Amino acid sequence: MSAVLPLATPGADCAPVLRERGQREVFCGLTGIVWLHRKMQDAFFLVVGSRTCAHLLQSAAGVMIFAEPRFATAIIEERDLAGMADCHEELDRVVARVLERRPEIRTLFLVGSCPSEVIKLDLANAAQRLGERHSPAVRILNYSGSGIETTFTEGEDACLAALVPEMPVGDPGGEQELLVVGTLPDIVEDQFLRLFAELGISRVGMLPARNARNLPAVGPQTRFLLAQPFLTETARALKDRGARRIDALFPFGAEGTADWLHAAAAAFGIDEMHCNRVCAPGRERAKRAIAHVRERLEGKRISFLPDSQLEIPLARFLSTELGMVPVEVGTPYLHREHCARELALLPEGTRISEGQHVDRQLDRVRADKPDLTVCGLGLANPLEAEGLSTKWAIELVFSPIHGFEQAGDLAELFARPLRRRDVLRV
Amino acid sequence: MQLAVWTYEGPPHVGAMRIATAMEGVHYVLHAPQGDTYADLLFTMIERRGKRPPVTYTTFQARDLGKDTASLFQDSARDAIERFRPGALLVGSSCTAELIQDDPAGLAEAMGLSCPVIPLELPSYQRKENWGASETFYQIVRTLADRSVSAGPREGRRARANLLGPAALGFRHRDDLREVRAMLDRLGIDVNCVAPLGASPDDIRSMGRADFNVVLYPEIADEAARWLERTFGQPAVRTVPIGVGATRAFIEEVATLAGVDASAALEDGESRMPWWSRSVDSTYLTGKRVFIFGDATHAVAAARIAREELGFVVCGLGCYNREFAREVRAEAKACGVEALITDDHLEVEAAIADAAPELVLGTQMERHIAKRQGIPCAVISSPVHVQDFPARHSPQMGFEGANVVFDIWVHPLVMGLEEHLLTMFREDFEFSDNAGASHLHGSAPSLGDVVAESAPAEPHSDTLWTADAEQELKKIPFFVRGKARRNTEAFAAENGCARIDLATLYDAKAHYAR
Repeated sequence: MSAVLPLATPGADCAPVLRERGQREVFCGLTGIVWLHRKMQDAFFLVVGSRTCAHLLQSAAGVMIFAEPRFATAIIEERDLAGMADCHEELDRVVARVLERRPEIRTLFLVGSCPSEVIKLDLANAAQRLGERHSPAVRILNYSGSGIETTFTEGEDACLAALVPEMPVGDPGGEQELLVVGTLPDIVEDQFLRLFAELGISRVGMLPARNARNLPAVGPQTRFLLAQPFLTETARALKDRGARRIDALFPFGAEGTADWLHAAAAAFGIDEMHCNRVCAPGRERAKRAIAHVRERLEGKRISFLPDSQLEIPLARFLSTELGMVPVEVGTPYLHREHCARELALLPEGTRISEGQHVDRQLDRVRADKPDLTVCGLGLANPLEAEGLSTKWAIELVFSPIHGFEQAGDLAELFARPLRRRDVLRV
Repeated sequence: MQLAVWTYEGPPHVGAMRIATAMEGVHYVLHAPQGDTYADLLFTMIERRGKRPPVTYTTFQARDLGKDTASLFQDSARDAIERFRPGALLVGSSCTAELIQDDPAGLAEAMGLSCPVIPLELPSYQRKENWGASETFYQIVRTLADRSVSAGPREGRRARANLLGPAALGFRHRDDLREVRAMLDRLGIDVNCVAPLGASPDDIRSMGRADFNVVLYPEIADEAARWLERTFGQPAVRTVPIGVGATRAFIEEVATLAGVDASAALEDGESRMPWWSRSVDSTYLTGKRVFIFGDATHAVAAARIAREELGFVVCGLGCYNREFAREVRAEAKACGVEALITDDHLEVEAAIADAAPELVLGTQMERHIAKRQGIPCAVISSPVHVQDFPARHSPQMGFEGANVVFDIWVHPLVMGLEEHLLTMFREDFEFSDNAGASHLHGSAPSLGDVVAESAPAEPHSDTLWTADAEQELKKIPFFVRGKARRNTEAFAAENGCARIDLATLYDAKAHYAR
């Protein structure tokens, strides 16, 4: 059994990437709060923005907004802009009120938005000032989730990057430690921790941790694995603290997960035979789970519109493990280094696009007529009404899809809309 | 700054989008940062439209700010006209673009575009969604309506009316419109133009042909109707036909304006609500305490239905849109309550806990407040979620609307009664079970718990209550227990009782029985 996928496939990496500018039909980074607040249970996210930001969050969070969520918006008003109120005093007041209502909060994120960035409200400064006031009970950090700077999942990147300086210093001369970076559903995180333990990697930290107060240590002894492809700034911040990235495919599907685990094992000097033994049962189960979906998806043509940066690894999974044919793979931002091996596995002729001009891209989708188009909710129903089957992209961020045990579920997410199309007689 | 978890209304440019999306042949170029396209999914998901909203966003990013965002706007406008060939173009800013002050109005004017351009000035940091919709509709009408068109003499022709207000993302606008059209049809009145829903720029141009206007949703159409009144001398019907009484008044008002006989529309054989409400099965509805919150129009209409058509007692009434607070205050006065005018849902939550109603009529937000407090609830107003854009015909207006309202409002109460009976039976049967009644509401805390939680300043009532009085209180049906607890405690405080025992409980009951 080969440990990793062959690297020799003709590289899509060499193919030109279509770069486009124009209207972008994407979420801003504030949306990351919707899942981040669930992962970090002692953290609160206070967006400093406009009514639009609050409206976005409640539209994106849907029903969850009523379950006393750990996020809110400090809405900037006319008097804040007119200088009639001191923004910093106002912010202090709002923060005090939040902390009074939620005394269990240990970390408060002040999240920048487009309005707060444009008026140059210095939230870093505010975080520091407020941090001193509320220390040691509450740590106050800041990052920007504004649309002008971040696209959808990049909000998580910005949030995690803000946590990196808070991570304790590890023992540089100590034993090598593994850090897994990127928010994973709890069940997936537990599966990976079990696998690492079986491999013999016992010192494993997660970023983010379930408690923002229990951050893992970092230093030159740290080797980190990205679980998500959108963590550019976080990776850079970790490197600045001496940690080294382990290059691997992202853990989607049987092969992606095996490669990810093998890369970690190799970095920790673990015997390859042992690694094969540990991975074998999960990998076999994953293949079996995928097999029945493969019949339905093999040969089907798929296009991705840019959304989360998951597009390239997912297109690789669908292509290598399910036999789908990627037509266009659009991504909001392409990190060539982190995705180099993913790109190399995409079939030759795959059109890679970075950025968006939504009207032109939709023209291409209509001309290509793919069997399935992965796109956001703003486009999904309109494309369905034109007769094009779609898979709405946000679900890929909100479902457990990483690892061996979720490979079948991941494949099923793409098969379901097509099966539904075949089943319906109305 | 205002701390908000939930906003009843979006920013004003969402109101403008609701107008643009409702209309045909109108395009909206919105100067906005990347990410503001989230608003599209309000229309494609919640309202399940099969078309993209006719909105082009400039979606500028940080790197554009150093350069020329103004030319980005102009390029977007040019592209939009070329691609979509609209009959009219709306241009405006979202909240962030308002800060960078690119002046879309001036920029669009300088471009010499081939179609009429309607600039929108929507102050995002002062105003909200409904105001944005109203202002946008007003600007469209003011710009496009052809002032040389008039209704002309009435001899020998049917009266003509414009129906104003239905928009995209409106609560039951689709079905209300069908009901109102049917009523006008029975009266022999023609519809000249429905706007903004389904109207093209040409339809707006010919608005002057109508003899009068019907304002279905004042939040959206009142401003435009007043302009039409001034400009074309068209009177406006402002009675909103929600409820049987309001529908009858509406029909008579319209018939008088049109000079036709109202009886054809008044005798609607499909109007079942009055008999349903009079039938003995509904007797137990008498005096049910109801808390009402929503937009002003729906809240006022609901209060009248509650009082006059279902025999409820209104124990709380409010709205979130300050612009129409006057009507709500007047109605609240008639109900003998203080109007609650606020857009802070925490205040609404506290007011509901305080009023301890048996039924909450509100928005999506009140639905969840009611769920937390274990109170039956029905939705009467925006904001609403996807389930309140139903596939079936579900108007609020007209006689069929009243039928719908009866079913929807009474439904949660019947369920509440069933649950109550179940609980009483269980309590009798098990006898030692003092776990409290409302636990059958899933995981919702009992009303008493919520009241205690939301008013931490008050001493916990348990210290006041003797064990047997507390026990007796639990035998009171759960949906009136909160009120009984409050009344008893108020009575005890008034009369200087240090402890509440069985006698105090029943003294209070007798006191409030008047």
